[in-house]
Amino acid sequence: MYFLAPAADSGGPVIPNFGKTSSCVLDNKTFCWDWFRSNWGSTFEPALIQHIELTAIAVGIGFVIAFTLAITAHRARWMVTPVTLLGSLLYTIPSLAAFEILVSITGINWYTVEIALVSYTLLILFTNILAGLSSISPEVLDAAHGIGLTSRQTLIRVELPLALPTIIAGLRVAVVTIISLATVAAYIMPTGLGKPIFDAIASGGFNTKFIGAGVMCIALALVADGLFVVLQRILTPWAAARRGV
Amino acid sequence: MSNSFVEAFSFIEHHGDLLLDQVKVHLEISAESVAIAILLGGPLGVLLGHLHRFSFLAINISNVGRALPSLAVLAIGLPYVGVGKLDVIIALVVLAVPPILTNAYVAVDQVDPDTVDAAKGIGLRPLQVLTKVELPQALPLIFAGIRTSAVFVVATATLGGIFGGGGLGAVINNRESYGLDGIIAACYVLIVLTFAVQLLFVGLERAVTPAGMRATRSSTRSGFTRRRATVVLTEGGVTQEEQSDLVDQGSRT
Amino acid sequence: MTKTETAAAQAGSRMSAAPLEFRNVSKHYPGSATPAIKDLSFTVPAGEVCVLVGPSGCGKTTAMRLVNRMIDLTGGDILIDGASIADRQPAQLRREIGYVIQQIGLFPHVNILNNITMVPRLLGWDRKRIAQRGAELLELIGLPQEMGSRFPSQLSGGQRQRVGVARALAADPPLMLMDEPFGAIDPINRERLQNEFLRLQGELRKTVVFVTHDIDEAIKMGDRIAILRDGGELVQFDTPERILAEPADEFVAQFVGADRGLKRMALTTVGEIELDQTPPADTASATDRETVSSTTTLRDALSIMMADSLRPLRVVDADGGDLGYVSIELINQAIHHRPTGDMAVSV
Repeated sequence: MYFLAPAADSGGPVIPNFGKTSSCVLDNKTFCWDWFRSNWGSTFEPALIQHIELTAIAVGIGFVIAFTLAITAHRARWMVTPVTLLGSLLYTIPSLAAFEILVSITGINWYTVEIALVSYTLLILFTNILAGLSSISPEVLDAAHGIGLTSRQTLIRVELPLALPTIIAGLRVAVVTIISLATVAAYIMPTGLGKPIFDAIASGGFNTKFIGAGVMCIALALVADGLFVVLQRILTPWAAARRGV
Repeated sequence: MSNSFVEAFSFIEHHGDLLLDQVKVHLEISAESVAIAILLGGPLGVLLGHLHRFSFLAINISNVGRALPSLAVLAIGLPYVGVGKLDVIIALVVLAVPPILTNAYVAVDQVDPDTVDAAKGIGLRPLQVLTKVELPQALPLIFAGIRTSAVFVVATATLGGIFGGGGLGAVINNRESYGLDGIIAACYVLIVLTFAVQLLFVGLERAVTPAGMRATRSSTRSGFTRRRATVVLTEGGVTQEEQSDLVDQGSRT
Repeated sequence: MTKTETAAAQAGSRMSAAPLEFRNVSKHYPGSATPAIKDLSFTVPAGEVCVLVGPSGCGKTTAMRLVNRMIDLTGGDILIDGASIADRQPAQLRREIGYVIQQIGLFPHVNILNNITMVPRLLGWDRKRIAQRGAELLELIGLPQEMGSRFPSQLSGGQRQRVGVARALAADPPLMLMDEPFGAIDPINRERLQNEFLRLQGELRKTVVFVTHDIDEAIKMGDRIAILRDGGELVQFDTPERILAEPADEFVAQFVGADRGLKRMALTTVGEIELDQTPPADTASATDRETVSSTTTLRDALSIMMADSLRPLRVVDADGGDLGYVSIELINQAIHHRPTGDMAVSV
């Protein structure tokens, strides 16, 4: 459990002291660049890498599951409602609670964290993949079948490429959402960019840690978001043609 | 452990008052945040949409806002305002403004230009055009944006429990005091709360939709958080609306 | 001679077509009171354009889609070149049938060249042959080679439909199915596309099943027309001339329109009838008489005559040489004594 008591009560933040603590740190100024730099390798860099790993694995697994479900539901429409209901339910559970509850079942480890994160991706990815597949003009499908493509060929050569923009939009939202939720994972297990934040909370509020981790997290999310926008453009040359490029 | 899911109900029974108090705090914080966000984002979005200016910013701010990790935003406020309700509210406002602003912008910007043209043609002044023609047609989408924000705020306020904001998050954050039963109980309550807020706003949206436009509104299905949100992407200066079935960011805690 | 044969004889074409037979075909959708098609039988000889025409709901599109198994038969059989369509897997069958639909349905994510060569690529042709065929087809439909790398969204409606036709022709199928292919095009381009298609057909001589609701299009495009009524009932199956001259019943007469007499006259040119050689004894002097070329249809000739107080016209050939004179009596005679096609096909 973490809580942050008002500074007055706890007697001030615990200042990491390496012997030559700068005045910035001693005063617990908003952001001490020197401390950030010297602790990059020990605190922030590993957190960033862990965070990226957490996100990548969660979205990767989530995508595989959601993709399989979506392709199946595309043919067997009755599946759509139950899967969506389940996904919505999972998604609505607040992350704090989800992590807490899962800890009781699977313990404090990466599996727990990933199970929670993966379940958050399911609804977003399933909905978007399915929406992408459903948005294809019926006459394109009619033509595809009419000229002799089998169902499988139609899926691979026509439906999936045309659904790609929407699928990538879904991935974009999923990645960004998981980056956000992965910070909460540090609540139960010291990992990712949430760790410095929760550490700072526990030790009384060392500002540079808050700002450092917080800004990095935001930057990571924005960069990821931007990357997906670029990815979408690269993968859909025909949309560029429509723009008149 | 599976017992806890059932035990949680008796927790609700026995600690109803406690939960109710926290619900009140939770709703208070949420309402305040949404209200401030509406004040900040609403008029600005409407104005920009009316003038058809700064579309790139107005549209992309929701993309940026959606990407912001909630915990990070909550944490960044701490050095400035310390722990407590204020930090939580500020963070929630920051996260709630983008959908409201973008939706307000798009709503007014995309009102049928023919009706605006006709209004000007019959002699309405700009302000009248805005209030009598643009706003009524834009209201449904504006409310959709407020709904997105509201559901999101209610869910994210849970995180605020870690930062001294109180509310249901404080219960979830406190396993020692309340046990797993308590956490699950708070969960149930929060889920119900989320849906309630969702339904409330769906109702409001319907109420403000002019009768003639009702047929085109998309509705939530069986009360679950699934709706067609407009993801507006700007490509090369031309605004393209891509409708993806996005989940309400509302429940992202 | 049918239109196709005439054009083909002039062009010196090759044949690559298969005859199509509907044998007691029926289609009944489960849950509906009446069958979509009751009992349809007819044969389209190889290399001919057969137009299925009729009011909406008569089953013409259904009949067409039965051929390539987009819809399954309830009863009866369809044979292509003597072989039943049930003998082949649907996807296999369709790769040997050209398919053109009203909304075109080009693949937006694929460039024009790859759209056109989709079936050859499916069939596993080698790269060189595919590229060659692609270039050939672009030329055939009258589009510049660089269009091949563009995307469908960059083309106009008329261009897209031409690409649709090219795609259907890519694997050189012996049979083509066309469902209101020019329906979504504006009237001016539609005429152009119709003429282009007739020209193509003259060269290629495919067996074509062409569906339309427009009787004028049917008369223009068809070597043979099948007029269908509700329930896929075949009311008349004949050449355009004979249908116009001798409609089988009141329904057909109404369907072709009260102006069928005029429509018939549009099918023949003044050059095809025997002209008067003696100059007419009327008030017109040589310079003041209206002149028409030999390719003018009887209908247009009549129209010109009406503007000139029904005085006979002088007919000239392409170089301006005299061919004779045409008068309203001559037209009347030609219509009434003209044989309406030399091949009678019984329904």
